[in-house]
Amino acid sequence: MNFSGIRAIYIYEMTRFFRTFFQSFISPIVSTSLYFVVFGTAIGSKIGTIDDVSYGAFIVPGLIMLNIMTQSTSFASFGIYLPKFVGTIFEILSAPINSFEIILGYVGAAVTKSLMIGVVVLITAHLFVDLTILHPFFMIVFLVLTCVSFSLFGFIIGVWAKNFDQVQMIPLLVLTPLVFLGGSFYSISMLPPIWQSISMFNPIFYLISGFRWSFFGTADVGIGLSLMAIAIFTCCCIGMITWIFKTGYRIKS
Amino acid sequence: MTPIVIVKNLSKTYSSKLIALDDISLEISEGEILALLGPNGAGKTTLISTICGIVNPSSGKIFVDGFDAIKDYRDARRLIGLVPQELVLDSFETVLNTLRFSRGLFGKPRNDNYLKEVLKKLSLWDKRDSPIMTLSGGMKRRVLIAKALSHEPRVLFLDEPTAGVDVELRKDMWALVNSLRASGVTVILTTHYIEEAEAIADRVGVMNQGKMLLLSDKKTLLKKMGKKELKIELHDPITAIPESLSAYKLILSEQRTALLYSYDTSANRTGITKLLTDISKAGLILKDVSTRQSSLEDIFTTLLEEKK
Ligand SMILES: Nc1ncnc2c1ncn2[C@@H]1O[C@H](COP(=O)(O)OP(=O)(O)O)[C@@H](O)[C@H]1O
Ligand SMILES: [Mg+2]
Repeated sequence: MNFSGIRAIYIYEMTRFFRTFFQSFISPIVSTSLYFVVFGTAIGSKIGTIDDVSYGAFIVPGLIMLNIMTQSTSFASFGIYLPKFVGTIFEILSAPINSFEIILGYVGAAVTKSLMIGVVVLITAHLFVDLTILHPFFMIVFLVLTCVSFSLFGFIIGVWAKNFDQVQMIPLLVLTPLVFLGGSFYSISMLPPIWQSISMFNPIFYLISGFRWSFFGTADVGIGLSLMAIAIFTCCCIGMITWIFKTGYRIKS
Repeated sequence: MTPIVIVKNLSKTYSSKLIALDDISLEISEGEILALLGPNGAGKTTLISTICGIVNPSSGKIFVDGFDAIKDYRDARRLIGLVPQELVLDSFETVLNTLRFSRGLFGKPRNDNYLKEVLKKLSLWDKRDSPIMTLSGGMKRRVLIAKALSHEPRVLFLDEPTAGVDVELRKDMWALVNSLRASGVTVILTTHYIEEAEAIADRVGVMNQGKMLLLSDKKTLLKKMGKKELKIELHDPITAIPESLSAYKLILSEQRTALLYSYDTSANRTGITKLLTDISKAGLILKDVSTRQSSLEDIFTTLLEEKK
């Protein structure tokens, strides 16, 4: 194993992140606060409780998921897209480092960054609502697995993308709608039956449901199903990445 | 001595069906400076990229110090440093940090003393904490060289190190290449400037359309291919070359004041003595004589024409 190579990539990625320290953290803090002002306080007071959980608290797991999913994806996709775009990737390709180690470096950094964002959002949320986490162990498992799988997903997007628009397109046009429609801000039992069935096809719905269960002990689907969903998603991403490096897809001619 | 780099029957066809390398074989000895010479699109960058692991070969083998570049890629790549053709750098990074990154990437433990040495050699030590975007083009090129040297490679590939660089800086680069060789590094550089190959290389490989047209010692190359031209300036212009000199296949210059005689330097007898005697016998008075050796440029042109 080329540990020093992994470390070099990881440190490089983290340095890039801390160079824009302020932007990195201020935007999730501001957006989380806005969600609480608008949804939690203004609208939430009209909704009351869902499964005995106040609406303000109910949206916290969804908000964290929304942030870490989009951030993991964009951190990892930009991480690998930038060297591809600038051309500095030549150095990584010519180094005595294998694809697994390259991914450990990039994805490891993306996971660290999005975990930090997740924690920042959680702390911000805590300022607005009282929170108790019923299953902290599962909460952390879901948090970490989501960061890992979506960082892997982001890595794939970054390799696939041919321009900046494409890097930004997927989180914006695919991820955000799926998160919103995946029950981040409502329980799907509030939807008409037809939309409930459609929601079952949204993979993100299972993740949010599982994550919410770890907070409140109530969920739209069983925790087992949620764990399985994230496992399948992670495996798909790993499979894709293995294929990418085997074939050199869009990295090596 | 076994060569440090061996390339055997290497071919590369890009997905666009373009044959960029066509059965290239090549051996590079430790400590030499090899120049790969060829026009744009000849396949020089592809050849280098394939050896360095950036491009997958379609067929053929590459060995670096006996290590298979594919199977033992870790051992092989540790020995190689690459300076790419374009100035690709992260503009926000500082000089010293980017060197630390490169060294780490290649699996070497941190050693700031060594990096200091490299930066001093490349006159970049004063700039170590400057962000790369504040450097000039020439400095950026040197940062790339420093990055390539940061893991103490034994073989250094320089892809067009002086493309678009003015004469002064080009000479600095040549001096640098020579000092690298003196420190024991094998240097392979690509260029389309013939003077460059002529000035610094020990051996020259001439490439065109993915083929290695010729690979030989620079001196032998010049000798083998080298024609010399003797220019005999006459005191008075003449209207035609005298009948008695027809055997020499002389050419009369445009101003009709000089005779040009081509001869092969490797031939036993050049015929110069006899020619000069015959000229004075013909009653012509000499003003001056000079010789000119054909340059690699001429050789290159000849080679390309031959292969057509
Ligand atoms: N990634 C690539 N995909 C397809 N064709 C390429 C690629 N890179 C280079 N080529 C083509 O291969 C040929 C050789 O290019 P290159 O090795 O860059 O030549 P040189 O460095 O001698 O100018 C050129 O015709 C070039 O257009
Ligand atoms: Mg080139």
